[in-house]
Amino acid sequence: MRAIGFLDEIPLGEGRTFAVDGEMVAVFRLRDGSVRATQAVCPHKGGPLADGQIDLKQVLCPLHLNAWDLTTGCSLSGQPDLAVYDVHIDNDKILLGELS
Amino acid sequence: MRTRLVVIGNGMAGARTVEEILARGGDFDITMFGDEPYGNYNRIMLSNVLAGVEDESGIFLNDLSWYADNGITLHTGTRIERIDRFAKRVYAEDGTETPYDKLIIATGSRAFVPPIPGIHRPGRGYHQGVFAFRTLDDTRSMIRYAKEHQRAVVIGGGLLGLEAARGLQNHLPHVTLVHAAGHLMNAQLNEVAGETLKSSIESRLGIEVVVNGQTTEILGKHAVTGVKLGDGRVIPCDVVVVAAGIRANAEMAAASGLPVGRGIVVDDQMRCQDEDDIYAVGECAQHRGEVYGLVAPLWDQAKVLADHLTGVNPFAEYHGSQVATKLKVAGVDVAAMGLKGPERDDDESLTFTEPRKGIYKNVIIRDGRLVGATMVGDVKKVAFLMQAFDRGLALPEERAELMFDLGGPAGEVKVEEMADDEQVCNCNGVSKGAICSTVQSGCKTVTGVMDKTRAGKGCGTCKPLVQRIVEWAAGGEVEEDPAASYYVPGIPMPKPELMNAIRVHSLKSVSAVFATLGGEEDAKSKMGLASLLKMMWGGEYVDERDARFINDRVHANIQRDGTFSVVPQMKGGVTTPAQLRRIAEVAEKHGVPMVKLTGGQRIDLLGVPKEKLPQVWADLDMPSGYAYGKSFRTVKTCVGSDFCRFGVGDSTALGIALEERYQGIEGPGKMKLAVTGCPRNCAEAYVKDLGVVAIDGGKWEIYVGGAAGAHVRKGDLLTTVGTAEEVITLTGRFLQYYRENANWLERTYAFVPRIGIERVREIVVDDADGIAAELDAAMAASVAAYRDPWKDRDDPATPGQFRTSLPLTVLPQVPVRA
Repeated sequence: MRAIGFLDEIPLGEGRTFAVDGEMVAVFRLRDGSVRATQAVCPHKGGPLADGQIDLKQVLCPLHLNAWDLTTGCSLSGQPDLAVYDVHIDNDKILLGELS
Repeated sequence: MRTRLVVIGNGMAGARTVEEILARGGDFDITMFGDEPYGNYNRIMLSNVLAGVEDESGIFLNDLSWYADNGITLHTGTRIERIDRFAKRVYAEDGTETPYDKLIIATGSRAFVPPIPGIHRPGRGYHQGVFAFRTLDDTRSMIRYAKEHQRAVVIGGGLLGLEAARGLQNHLPHVTLVHAAGHLMNAQLNEVAGETLKSSIESRLGIEVVVNGQTTEILGKHAVTGVKLGDGRVIPCDVVVVAAGIRANAEMAAASGLPVGRGIVVDDQMRCQDEDDIYAVGECAQHRGEVYGLVAPLWDQAKVLADHLTGVNPFAEYHGSQVATKLKVAGVDVAAMGLKGPERDDDESLTFTEPRKGIYKNVIIRDGRLVGATMVGDVKKVAFLMQAFDRGLALPEERAELMFDLGGPAGEVKVEEMADDEQVCNCNGVSKGAICSTVQSGCKTVTGVMDKTRAGKGCGTCKPLVQRIVEWAAGGEVEEDPAASYYVPGIPMPKPELMNAIRVHSLKSVSAVFATLGGEEDAKSKMGLASLLKMMWGGEYVDERDARFINDRVHANIQRDGTFSVVPQMKGGVTTPAQLRRIAEVAEKHGVPMVKLTGGQRIDLLGVPKEKLPQVWADLDMPSGYAYGKSFRTVKTCVGSDFCRFGVGDSTALGIALEERYQGIEGPGKMKLAVTGCPRNCAEAYVKDLGVVAIDGGKWEIYVGGAAGAHVRKGDLLTTVGTAEEVITLTGRFLQYYRENANWLERTYAFVPRIGIERVREIVVDDADGIAAELDAAMAASVAAYRDPWKDRDDPATPGQFRTSLPLTVLPQVPVRA
């Protein structure tokens, strides 16, 4: 686990991208207060997933509205799955773990 | 002890009901009685057996092992003579008795043989050479006899008679059809359709057809030698087949004390009147006065009865069937549903006939819904018609589309003939095979399949084809998706109901709507709700930025590489050298990869990274052109009367005025406008959401509901007015009516035909509903709340509003054009 940023960098219900060791990770702050982290680039056509709309379950890529489960990374619209990361909040710090 | 279920009748209705019960896991001790000495066969296929295109063995539905495998006790060749409703027992002809807890009567029907002199021989059944056409045995004897004879007369010109005539042609050279009524298939077809069918049957098949022919006598001493008609004519023949209709086998039920009309009277759960444990299904049952002789109603009845008996849905109800049939009658395609002809003065009736080709088509429309259709010789449109008839779908405004495929290759595609790898959705690259396998994996709603495959989620033109493929792949078991009528998928309410709930609960943010009305928040519903709430509450709307789509968060249109396009406002498409100079300088300063003229007469700066947006706006110092939202976009104009030698109205000034007033107004879909200075239509006003056309005499025509995107439609003329002020007022009123009443993402080209231009005119122009002032006031409030979003640049709405979402990717990746 390593700190990659602060929770207040991410508005409630939105996502932001963090660069971590040459990888781009999209971190989403759900409206129930929890966070999720996935690969930042859409596997379909390279769209920026952090710009997508989310709810408690899924993220929609802003380019073609493909959907993925935020927790498992599983595609909900027939695309390849997303890589998802362990992520936690500790005192307003975003702690990123390994790929899960 | 398991519940004992006894079924009297082993025909299509009895066996299907048992299948449906087993499919629902029904746990019964089942005993079935069949009158015929066989397992269960498909009676409809007897025509094919007669015609020699199907082998006898091919028509059996369930062989004897099926009964054994499912633990069903089957008694073939056993006729039940009596039911004792009080002792709950049935008594067979052979003297055996069987107790039941639940009883299903499915005795079907038999051929109706009219009392014609000579048809029977005393004590010997039918006269030699006379046959009914109902059972497998009838069919076998008929074939055997016909092979050794020359001329047949078929009595009865209904469906069965026609099939018999066609089938007999395979076994002997001369066939004459005698029909008592004035035209063929008079139960299903009107006179002209019947006539068309008659000429096809005569000219193509060589069957002689006699209508208005009352058979008065069957001639012949030992064997048949001819039939005599009411007008004295004698038709020589050596075979007579009687196909004059069917009668329900209800005598046994009547004799056992059950109420019987034309069939055994049942209620909506197929239960016999005043009985708790006795049911009837199929051709022997009379439901709400109807006795059905076709197979589709029988399937419906079997499902209801199985739902009820197994307890899967004890309250399942059968409400009768809309009878729609599509058949090949004696080699001629025939489809019929509902009314045979118009019945009320205001029924719309459309007819097309092409006698040389044997084609007749008729559709009857009442209150905008299909209530009847008849097709002979060409049934290409029947799949759509049957759906429209069954479900009461909205009909195409161009009524001829009900009868013909007019243009558009999509309409001509036959689903069953498409290859699996054929691409259906050209936007998202989805093949027919992908759609079918999604259906096979259990997703049987059109919207569900569209969500899973993304087919039809691009421009939307392929949606009807996707729907047809789903229906085809589901084999008629498509499930209605209740969500289809919702404004957004996550809140189970149509728009009027949703707006009412929002007002009643005073819900001013998207999260409040979910919390109060929807349960879980839904990403796919946020954007539509945000738009609706903004429209309803204006300044009181609580703006949650996560409810906005990215374009609305950063006021620019996202591009394929994650950069954005910037389109400054250019009212009416009119610019100045100073403005052009500034745009040029900004483009150079920021290395904008492409500068492009848009279709809406503006200038697009493409490929601007998100983090540069505020600086680009600041350098431009022009208002947003809203080329990214579900909102009022642009007003395209021509040069109008100031310069053009043909112009009859100052379209440029009016276009600028419209854009100035309605800039940035959000709605359920994009709103693209145009004003053109004469009917030459250089500004393409006929194909805009709202288009204004100057006509001679200082007047303006207003067109609404036009489109020239994936869907092309000329707008409907809303009204003609005398002043530019009236155009501005009516534009606002129409747009407000659209904003309040259109479904999410429903463009005006769909909205206007759905409401109907007459109705739109009543409300917007004539103020028939007295809401014009309200609409004007609501629009005025929205106009007053307008604020240029590009002013946000100095004060970001959220942390990192303009932070890149692809920090390690070098942007732009779009091609740079110098």
